[in-house]
Amino acid sequence: MTGGIYKKPVLFAIVATVVILIGTMVTMFIPMLTSQMHPRLEDLKPFTAIQLAGRDIYQREGCNNCHTQTVRPLKTEVMRYGEYSKAGEFAYDRPFLWGSKRTGPDLARVGGKYPDAWHYRHFENPQAFFAESNMPAYGWLKGKKLSPSDMESHMKAIGFTYSVEEISALSEKDELDALVSYVQIIGASVKKKPAPAAVIEEKEHVTNPFAGDLKAIESGEKLYAANCAFCHGPNAKGDIGPDLTDDEFLYVKGDVSDDDYFEIINNGTAPGMVEEGRTAKGGMPSFKDSLDRNERWSLVAYIRAIQVKGAQK
Amino acid sequence: MNDYQYDNGTVKGFIVSSIFWGVVGIIVGLWISIQMWSPAWNIPPYFTFGRLRVVHTNGLALGLGVGAIFGICYYITMRLTKRPLLFPRLARFHLYLFNAAITLAALSLFAGMNQSLEYAELEWPLDIGVVVLWVIFAVNIFGTIIKRKEEQMYISLWFILATVVTVAVLYIVNNLAVPASLFKSYSIFAGVNSANVQWWYGHNAVGFIFTTPILAMFYYFLPKSTGLPIYSHRLSIVAFWSLVFAYLWTGAHHLVYTPLPDWIQTLGIAFTIFLIAPSWGSVVNGFYTVGADWSQMRNNYLTKFFILGITFYGLQTIQGPTQGLRIVSQLIHYTDWVPGHVHMGTMGWVTMTVAASIYYIIPKIYNTEIHSVKVANAHFYLVLTGQLIFSITMWFTGIQQGALWKATNPDGTLKYTFMEGLIKNYPFWQMRTVGGLIFTVGMLFFIYNIYMTVRKGKALAASSI
Repeated sequence: MTGGIYKKPVLFAIVATVVILIGTMVTMFIPMLTSQMHPRLEDLKPFTAIQLAGRDIYQREGCNNCHTQTVRPLKTEVMRYGEYSKAGEFAYDRPFLWGSKRTGPDLARVGGKYPDAWHYRHFENPQAFFAESNMPAYGWLKGKKLSPSDMESHMKAIGFTYSVEEISALSEKDELDALVSYVQIIGASVKKKPAPAAVIEEKEHVTNPFAGDLKAIESGEKLYAANCAFCHGPNAKGDIGPDLTDDEFLYVKGDVSDDDYFEIINNGTAPGMVEEGRTAKGGMPSFKDSLDRNERWSLVAYIRAIQVKGAQK
Repeated sequence: MNDYQYDNGTVKGFIVSSIFWGVVGIIVGLWISIQMWSPAWNIPPYFTFGRLRVVHTNGLALGLGVGAIFGICYYITMRLTKRPLLFPRLARFHLYLFNAAITLAALSLFAGMNQSLEYAELEWPLDIGVVVLWVIFAVNIFGTIIKRKEEQMYISLWFILATVVTVAVLYIVNNLAVPASLFKSYSIFAGVNSANVQWWYGHNAVGFIFTTPILAMFYYFLPKSTGLPIYSHRLSIVAFWSLVFAYLWTGAHHLVYTPLPDWIQTLGIAFTIFLIAPSWGSVVNGFYTVGADWSQMRNNYLTKFFILGITFYGLQTIQGPTQGLRIVSQLIHYTDWVPGHVHMGTMGWVTMTVAASIYYIIPKIYNTEIHSVKVANAHFYLVLTGQLIFSITMWFTGIQQGALWKATNPDGTLKYTFMEGLIKNYPFWQMRTVGGLIFTVGMLFFIYNIYMTVRKGKALAASSI
């Protein structure tokens, strides 16, 4: 441990540099030269101009300080958010936006989970949806016009192809439009598992174990307020999602049985999904993993109760 | 008597600047801690959490941290080489450029110019500014050491040299980007690879900004202020080389359970565990040094700062490797546990050691004594209390968050929605703000004490002419 190295600063600095470069080479530089660090999923597409504009805004506003974009391969995490993140879905992310803190929920599977209208309204006033949310409002992005020329230079710099029409169309859009476009594309290259309702053969009808149960209706009312009211309205008269009190189900007149409601709550809807011969437009998330079986049936009981009340009026 | 003069003006300038940026960073920190439980404190566009958090981290890491490192490393280097800086006028220019760059950096972050790389948020024009600042620092440090009057390089100089070369490599590589305009660029690295480069950088920014230069201060000022020699020179040699070797392998512990190839994660975790040894090499060396005379803990207020500082460094370097383990990571990663961990390091280890170094330097430069040991003691107990409240509440809430996210009902469904988990954090987040306030009051005591010492020193100098 002796040695002249502690008397020779230049030699010392060279040795120190070599020492720090060993780990750098093995864990960072050499992997970079191999294909394992550059995977790309087949369905992955580069961002369009408006999506990139939205991603720029996501970066500018520091959304990654509170939201992650990577679902870990852990059971409860996959249940909460969806399919775990794949290495190949980030090839156009420069840089990655995985984040390191979940003050808000993970967003890796948020694309397509809700309709656009949900996002506009949530960005404008998160507390209208979740009274105790701590997310800042982003309604002020509305009306802030995008700059087509800026976005053209951004698309050039990052090397994505674009059409002239795509760029000029940006002048009609504002920053909130762009942010919603981006949020809706996050995770799109990973196929969602097909909603089971669309593939499962129609089983025999199961009846609601809580039909007419006052206690269940009461707890269903609370669950409705916490989980459903943002989209179907406080009185279930419809808003972003359809009216639940009228005599239509999936846009067709005529009632269906309790377990059809139960199925939709379980699985949500995907565009084109067919339930009882009726086609869904999509946009409703699944509640199977966030509400237990009794809670889901209580919701059906509550919906039935307000339908009866509506019919009596 | 020396036949030369140390350039104390530049050292003072950096110390005052770092304290100023420290105040800015701490105030922003308090602000964002309130935003966590009261979203009404977000004032768009410039003062939302997403923008302010990076002002907080950059303000303290670059403003307080790097500012203090520049000033105090100049101070240490001059003493250990027994000569003034080789380029004193360049050093003065360095000070002005530093403040100009940090001012622009803060403004650019308020404006949302952000590369989204943690601790490397600044956009490319400012990155160039940071590189210029670092080159000036490197030239002066290397030049002064090469032209030194003392043959043997003391431990602190090893840590300073390692800091100079490593930060240069880290910062330049991670910030490589294609500019799209003056205010916007896209990283040349994409996806998984960009994550790997970023956390190679991110973890070593902690290693070579919040560890090695602070250890340089510790190894210099602990013996200076206690009059006790470092316990083991050999231990410091082993600890130094194994620390700088192992650090660079560990970045992937930030990416456990992400799509990064498993072998890189595992290698990162393994080296993270190994890192306990060299970290504790310095901890043991510090303890055994003061072990020669423990009465100093009572009689010498500076010893308390250094020993508590190195104790928090020791706890930090046990806690960190524990968090890297997959089984722990899956519970606490992405929760408030992590900011709790970081702040034990920054509020406990870094700020305590830097403040104690400044307490030593300022009276020395002004040829006087500290204004008030009582105020220094009040400062000590306030920052200690504030930091403990901060860290401990965040550990509790972090474990709670992780547990609520994983909790399931008997039928296998998730027990809590994300919102149900979130609202349980609020009381802890409010406690954290209280901890931060106590810490801030402690820092105000520190600033007052330094200000009064400078005033006393100036008055003395004036009367002796």
